Amino acid sequence: MLAVYKKELRSYLTSMIGYVFIAFILLILGIYFTAYNLQYASPDFGTTLSAVIFLFLIITPILTMRILSEEKKNKTDQLLLTAPVPVWKIVMGKYLSMLTIYLIPILITGCYPLIMGKYGTVSYATVYIAVFGFFLLGCAQIAVGLFLSSVTESQIIAAVITFAALFCSYVMDGISSFFSSTSAASFVTFLVISVLIALMVYQMTKDMVLSSILGVVLIAINIVLYIVRSSLYEGLIQKFLDLLSIANHYDSFVGGILDVSGIIYMLSVICIFVFLTIQCIQKRRWS
Amino acid sequence: MIEVRNLVKKYGDHVAVDHLNFTVEKGKIYGFLGPNGAGKSTTMNMITGYIGSTEGDILIDGHNILEEPEEAKKKIGYLPELPPLYQDMTAKEYLEFAAELKGIPREKREGNINGVMSTTKIQNVKNRLIKNLSKGYKQRVGLAQALLGYPEIIILDEPTVGLDPKQIIEIRDLIKSLGKNHTVILSSHILSEVSAVCDYVLIIDKGKLVASDSPENLSRIMSGANSLEMTVKGKEGEIRKALDLVENIEDVVYHNSIVPGACDFTIKISGQMDMRENIFFALAEAKCPILKMQSSNMSLEEVFLKLTDERKPAVRLTENDIFEDGIKEEGEE
Repeated sequence: MLAVYKKELRSYLTSMIGYVFIAFILLILGIYFTAYNLQYASPDFGTTLSAVIFLFLIITPILTMRILSEEKKNKTDQLLLTAPVPVWKIVMGKYLSMLTIYLIPILITGCYPLIMGKYGTVSYATVYIAVFGFFLLGCAQIAVGLFLSSVTESQIIAAVITFAALFCSYVMDGISSFFSSTSAASFVTFLVISVLIALMVYQMTKDMVLSSILGVVLIAINIVLYIVRSSLYEGLIQKFLDLLSIANHYDSFVGGILDVSGIIYMLSVICIFVFLTIQCIQKRRWS
Repeated sequence: MIEVRNLVKKYGDHVAVDHLNFTVEKGKIYGFLGPNGAGKSTTMNMITGYIGSTEGDILIDGHNILEEPEEAKKKIGYLPELPPLYQDMTAKEYLEFAAELKGIPREKREGNINGVMSTTKIQNVKNRLIKNLSKGYKQRVGLAQALLGYPEIIILDEPTVGLDPKQIIEIRDLIKSLGKNHTVILSSHILSEVSAVCDYVLIIDKGKLVASDSPENLSRIMSGANSLEMTVKGKEGEIRKALDLVENIEDVVYHNSIVPGACDFTIKISGQMDMRENIFFALAEAKCPILKMQSSNMSLEEVFLKLTDERKPAVRLTENDIFEDGIKEEGEE
């Protein structure tokens, strides 16, 4: 794991990508910091951070696009996968190297509140919780990028789909307002989703019996739940879509709340996507 | 050392490797031979654990590659078809990375890296970026990587591709010397290479094992009778008359010779008798000087073509032509 970690870190720091990534975060954050906190003299650094979360749409793909796709394209994954190292260590080494690069601008950002503190009163606890939340938010999005880089061989495609996925997540609030929040609408949507899940399982396993049983069970659960407690379905689409909006879970950190549910959410996103990445690489070794 | 049982690999409907069975013993050099797309690389990728098999087992020293991958992979050094090199590293950095990845203890790493660099003769380019190296040097860096830690089994997929003739000979000598202490498996479609280096040949066609034996045995078994190539000065009729007196000659085939006033013959001899002396005296009596006499067993390339193309004579012609060109070049080094 350490070998992969060191190698990736060096490759970021000997190529342009690492520096572009760090410089871009510092540039945008610096502009907002100057405008909000220095010019406007607001002591609230959390708001500044939450104003720049659009940043991740651009910088995450820059950081993650080549991490696994390039290995596959250049066939260097043959070296990694035939070495006596388990896949999870390779993936973790790569993920941690990206987090380390991401940590550099975060640490520099950590000095900003100290500058503010020289000229006024700043609640350091509030500010640093916001910075911590910002860091977690970045980690979660990098995990998404890591996974999407593992599904393709082309860096460009990896970058584009990472951007698209993060953009959808970013505007999820707007998307969820398209849907009606009545329980009937949610019910129909979840029926459709059940059928889609069954179809997906059929695509993957080609097992007609298994997928149709799964579909029928899912639909039956939905119908029973709807009959027994239809109030459960009210606004369920919105709740469901809210789960996909990663940035929404950053909101409570902004106000200086060390939000446990937020932390757990971010950690789960990280775990799920790192796990999916490992499975995606291992899949080809088993099929 | 390596046991391959009933190995199958399917890509959709296409069967790349079809129920392959073989065992590889310690301390020998094995050659995988087969036309393009025969499943050589796929088999090697499965042995090294890069891709999984659809069916069947691979045991490396008793460890199943899919169940105990780390144990099994420790024993293998692998040079894939395309050397897995990171273009923006120097050769030395790359080997350091590979050594750490393979879990070679820190104190042994330096010596080990220097060792493989001197065996593959890349000392003089160790501080250059890999992307600036020539194809031959890239291949050697890849080979150095496979040798790191001196694993018991070394698997090389077309190790001499892209090298110049001098380097090819060097690499072959290197492989031969490796064969003393390691088990080496190499794949190639260059037949002279396999017959020069390997103790044992496995011929694969369309994912199936069609023959496995030592190169000498294969050509002996396949040729049946031994034959002689001759160039003799004189008239065809006189020579034939002289040869009629010699025993054990099955067939005499006449060819036009490039030497003026001489004839070329291919003479098939029944059994394993050496009839060269008898032929010499017979022709000497007829005053027909022998300009050239050479015994020819069926060469490995003929065995190979016969085995891999028996079912498809149409393909054979084209492949034959291609191979023949390649072989002539090879043979001249």
